[in-house]
Amino acid sequence: MMTTVLASLLAVFGTAFMILAGVGIIRLPDLYCRASATTKAATLGIGCLLAATAIHFGDLRVTTRVLATIAFLFLTAPVAAHLIGRAAYRSNAPLWQGTVRDELASRQK
Amino acid sequence: MLLLNVFLAITWAAVTGVMSASNLLTGFILGYGVLWIVGRSTGQAVYFAKVGQVVRFVLQFLRELLVAGLRVAVDIVTPRHLMKPAILAIPVKSTSDAETTMLANVITLTPGSLILDVSPDGKTLYVHAMYARDVEAARREITDGLGQRVHEVFS
Repeated sequence: MMTTVLASLLAVFGTAFMILAGVGIIRLPDLYCRASATTKAATLGIGCLLAATAIHFGDLRVTTRVLATIAFLFLTAPVAAHLIGRAAYRSNAPLWQGTVRDELASRQK
Repeated sequence: MLLLNVFLAITWAAVTGVMSASNLLTGFILGYGVLWIVGRSTGQAVYFAKVGQVVRFVLQFLRELLVAGLRVAVDIVTPRHLMKPAILAIPVKSTSDAETTMLANVITLTPGSLILDVSPDGKTLYVHAMYARDVEAARREITDGLGQRVHEVFS
């Protein structure tokens, strides 16, 4: 009973985060914010969904696989986000006009 | 010490005859207690401080993940953009490449912040932060928060 409720809650949270990540791609103003929102919200979403899976099955074989998946996701997702962000900055992708400060600009010259 | 603790956990599971995750965890906690009692007399306190620091780091990271995730989520669904993005130079008192990598990964994993570049000497991270209304406060938040926790774990 308890586990069903917990698994359901996690699944709903995870799905909500994934939807928000998708909406974020459209709504956010520049590439950097979009990259921020999508990689992170997606990681959090997948994390919640996988945790829900582990709780639902309550089986060691499933749990270890879930833990391994989460670990590799958390190791690889930020590297991809970093590379996309860096490549974007180097090819002068414009920052949103609301950006308050750019301390990387002085170093590039 | 960690190896010894894992060994004690596996021994516990083998002796009790149940090889399940929760039983291994029980064994680990019991082994930790045993090692703590033994370690007090032999003066090997480093491992225990380290485990505490790792736990504190994980808790802080999960908190940041949730808080920042909700903040970005709210900004996405409300019609006006509340964010004040900025690219900040974050100084790191890192002692090794592994520590810098870990810190960069953790910062990028936190919603709303993204590492754009690392200075060639590895002493400065350039972070795109989505909520930097007060630039100095945002900088302090990263160095004193996750930066400090990661530094503790690695030092």
